[in-house]
Amino acid sequence: MAKIVVITSGKGGVGKTTTAAAMGMGLAMLGHRTVVIDFDVGLRNLDLIMGCERRVVYDFVNVINGEANLNQALIRDKRCDKLYILPASQTRDKNALTKDGVGQVLEDLGRSYEYVICDSPAGIEHGAMMAMYYADDAIVVTNPEVASVRDSDRMLGILSSKSKRAETDAEPIIEHLLLTRYSPERVVRGEMLSVTDVQEILSLKLLGVIPESQAVLNASNAGVPVILDAESDAGRAYQDTVLRFTGKEVPFRFIEAGKRGFLGRLFGG
Amino acid sequence: MSSFADYFRNNEAGNTNRNKTSAVIAKERLQILVAYDRMARDRPSYLPSLKQEILDVIRKYVNVDLASVSVRYEQEGNQEILELNIVLPENAGRVLEAALENN
Ligand SMILES: Nc1ncnc2c1ncn2[C@@H]1O[C@H](COP(=O)(O)OP(=O)(O)OP(=O)(O)O)[C@@H](O)[C@H]1O
Ligand SMILES: [Mg+2]
Repeated sequence: MAKIVVITSGKGGVGKTTTAAAMGMGLAMLGHRTVVIDFDVGLRNLDLIMGCERRVVYDFVNVINGEANLNQALIRDKRCDKLYILPASQTRDKNALTKDGVGQVLEDLGRSYEYVICDSPAGIEHGAMMAMYYADDAIVVTNPEVASVRDSDRMLGILSSKSKRAETDAEPIIEHLLLTRYSPERVVRGEMLSVTDVQEILSLKLLGVIPESQAVLNASNAGVPVILDAESDAGRAYQDTVLRFTGKEVPFRFIEAGKRGFLGRLFGG
Repeated sequence: MSSFADYFRNNEAGNTNRNKTSAVIAKERLQILVAYDRMARDRPSYLPSLKQEILDVIRKYVNVDLASVSVRYEQEGNQEILELNIVLPENAGRVLEAALENN
């Protein structure tokens, strides 16, 4: 059975889709058969971030409604043959995602993939509920900012009470904190919550810290997941994050200001 | 002559926060907020409708609004405590009596 991983946050615009694309690509590059599903019905953009928007024929809702089968709807990534994308519908309303329908698709995918990454829409409405319901793991994407941290905490409450695992008294969802748009310089100046601040408030295991980076916009302009930009700080931070997710011990980079300082030079960072 | 600058300098909130960075303030606010949210989360989900129904009953006699009914829920060990507090308007006593007489 595949591991079902939801990328969630509560608050909008914090970097979920960026993360879903990076995690999907990263896991696939490590050789794992991976599919990324866009749950943002009506506002799909995973296909844009992945650069496959012109190849969308059928979507998630078509599959649920039996208008297309999975193989017709899945788009294979042109850069990595272990990676597939299941796009969201652009037109339907969110209620087209039924609990049974989603469950059936996940079960079918589970037979041939190792990882199913669910890119959640913002908020705590139906679409977000469907994205997290069947999850084994949750990556809670958080910006170091009050509203985002608060919403992440609310999402944690939902994961532990409204998910299938909660409802059936199974092992709880494994929750990971991914801090994105982090700016060490601003933390040093006392203008931004630090990694430890956020971790203390949410008491979550830290999976990764992605710096605020120009590379993210460049990558989305080009339709290339930022993890493929190995020269960039954000790209490398996502690579570390994927490795950690697969159980490797990787030291945290990009969480201290002034990489070119004494320590930075000493360690060649 | 006092100016905006004086006001902010003398303002109490301004004083207590003067030496704190905005990140420290953010953290303190979040710790309180999150603790409060978590408490609210652990409450039984029927509390809001219980509150509304109690309000409806009281309103048959006295005109109070939602804000004057407070419901506190606490868990101590295996004991659950539900505390209801209803603040009646000043002339409520008379109104209530009149209402009861008319019924
Ligand atoms: N590490 C980063 N550095 C700079 N910009 C970033 C970073 N991560 C995300 N962004 C930018 O933030 C915006 C929102 O990102 P993204 O679409 O991934 O968020 P989202 O959580 O999926 O949003 P939504 O809730 O609308 O689905 C985009 O413009 C993206 O380029
Ligand atoms: Mg998104």
